[in-house]
Amino acid sequence: MIITGSLPARVAGIDSISPTLKRFRFEPDGPAEFPTAAPGAHVLVTLRGPERVWKNAYSLVTPPEERGHYAIIVRRVEPSRGGSHFLHDVLRSGDRVELSAPASLFPIASLARKHILIGGGIGITPFLSYLPVLKARGAVFELHQFCAISEAETFRGLLGTDDPRVHVHGTGGRPVFEPILADQPLGTHVYTCGPEGLMRAVAETAKGLGWPANAVHQESFAGAAGGRPFIVHLARSGQTILVEESQTLLEALEGAGIEAPCLCRGGACGVCLLPVLDGEPEHRDHVLSEQERAEGKIIATCLSRAKSDRLTLDY
Amino acid sequence: MGIPFKTDETFRGDFSYRNSDAGVLRFPFPFGEDTYMYSVNIEPHVRGGPSPVFEHPFDVDEHYVAECRERALVLQNDPKRCQVLPHMMPAQWDTLELIMESLAGDYPEHFSLTRNGANWHWINRPLNIDQRFVFGDAATLPCEPFEYITRQAQGDFTLQDQRDDNLYVDGGMVTTQADWSLEFDIGMTFHEWHGPVPLAHNLGVFDRALRYLLRLQYGHPVRRLNWTMTINPRLDTSPENYPDWGPDRTTVTPDNVAQKVHLRVELQTLFRLPRSNAILFGIRCYLISLQDIERVEKWRKRLHRVLKTLPPELADYKGLTRYRDTIIQRLAPMDDGTPLSPGIGPDQTALGTGAR
Repeated sequence: MIITGSLPARVAGIDSISPTLKRFRFEPDGPAEFPTAAPGAHVLVTLRGPERVWKNAYSLVTPPEERGHYAIIVRRVEPSRGGSHFLHDVLRSGDRVELSAPASLFPIASLARKHILIGGGIGITPFLSYLPVLKARGAVFELHQFCAISEAETFRGLLGTDDPRVHVHGTGGRPVFEPILADQPLGTHVYTCGPEGLMRAVAETAKGLGWPANAVHQESFAGAAGGRPFIVHLARSGQTILVEESQTLLEALEGAGIEAPCLCRGGACGVCLLPVLDGEPEHRDHVLSEQERAEGKIIATCLSRAKSDRLTLDY
Repeated sequence: MGIPFKTDETFRGDFSYRNSDAGVLRFPFPFGEDTYMYSVNIEPHVRGGPSPVFEHPFDVDEHYVAECRERALVLQNDPKRCQVLPHMMPAQWDTLELIMESLAGDYPEHFSLTRNGANWHWINRPLNIDQRFVFGDAATLPCEPFEYITRQAQGDFTLQDQRDDNLYVDGGMVTTQADWSLEFDIGMTFHEWHGPVPLAHNLGVFDRALRYLLRLQYGHPVRRLNWTMTINPRLDTSPENYPDWGPDRTTVTPDNVAQKVHLRVELQTLFRLPRSNAILFGIRCYLISLQDIERVEKWRKRLHRVLKTLPPELADYKGLTRYRDTIIQRLAPMDDGTPLSPGIGPDQTALGTGAR
């Protein structure tokens, strides 16, 4: 399968799941089917608003065998960096959208003897495509969804209530993961997706219980948080661009009409790495090694920013 | 118009394998420059490029039927040439889906795939196969899905599982290999199975290639060309069968060098697979005799220059040492030293009869 360019698609339907959650179904705009998507895959959805273009990453909630349509579930967030408001308030059934090829940075571990899936809030989405796959493979698994008490019914509605392996924990306080992670059989892998704090707590609990690091997997769903504005200078084209407080470096490049390389937009895939000629990067990605970070010669534009006022890239 | 398959040719015994004129001109000649050294020469495997063999994700040519028959012969004598570890079953189905959809889409006159949910119907006309099966249910196929589909494809394939920031060769169909053994390598990490390659480790080639491949994305396969030489058009040059082909290297003489020596080019492709997150590595082998290379002016001159300047470690590793000078002596009078165009294309649309 060679995928060139984006996948043309139309909005086939929009379902309201809760006051803040909507499911968007996309169909191919044309005769072809969509490519087989990995369990846990995400797509970049290009949203063309009147004043700006967003490219946001969303997990597919449809399983690999579903090639007639893809679906995503999106929460309308406050404050929004714009994408979720556009999806919720502007996008209509029948509208054209561009989807990237589905990419997977959150695969099911091939050698795991047991899978524990821990979702937090809207972080449940990649596990919605995991579930049918794990069931079809006859895999041993548990799913634990943590959410506000007020949303427990919503997530029970999404996940169903008939499978004893699926647990929805409506909680007011800090979730405790020790009861889930203690006494699991050797070869168990845990996967988390949700707020940064939840994922960190799962990782720390697992570490404290002696889990091997390679059995702990995270989908980094956190958007790129902003920071101090800085100037980026592109040595090859001679362009100078301001990266604003609420913008990522990548978004600033795109805003200037530059087709900068990118894929995951979450600092995990490494596609957006660009060489740094001058200035000091502030690394926020998950790709570079400690040595590469220390050298400061390369930057992941989708997340990382600058400690210096100015950054010169070999691009 | 379909491909005119050469159904009777052989890769053993009487070695009746030959390239047609069109087959010579579409050969993926691997040398774009007058010297050769290892590099991470990986590029996107997009449709098209400097050789017609890049036109489709999986190239099918006039040798298809004969190569599938040769594969069946090798497997009959040594079934362990196809092995897949148990955790790779999702990757097996991924491979079957990828190859069937590609062949049916790119060569509709020869292959067809009809899908109705999980009920699939596959027709392979060159091999006279008509198979209905349930996708995901291996019991509905005559053998496991990876073996099933790679018996119907040219070239070797391995399956790399990705875990712990490494790639493990956890399966393969290997019957047309340049002296390496799946039975020996199965389960190894990326650096382990590349262990024997000289020079490249110190250049950091494998560290960079691994980091790159760990990030390989679905829908964006990549490719590279690799090469060696083989005496006689023999596909199965395996360590297991070394006694059958190793001594051939001692039989090259100035009189038979043009007929016996074959340039062996591997079109290596890497595809990220969706369900398994594994990587399918295709190693498609193309063979061309020295006498056919001589019919292309640019190629005969360039091959002469590459062999003359090839580092001795590389010549040793590729097993050329015994007969390299014989080839160079043969080609030297055909190379007047004029500058050659960069790139691998033949720069001619019809074939001569050779330089002499």
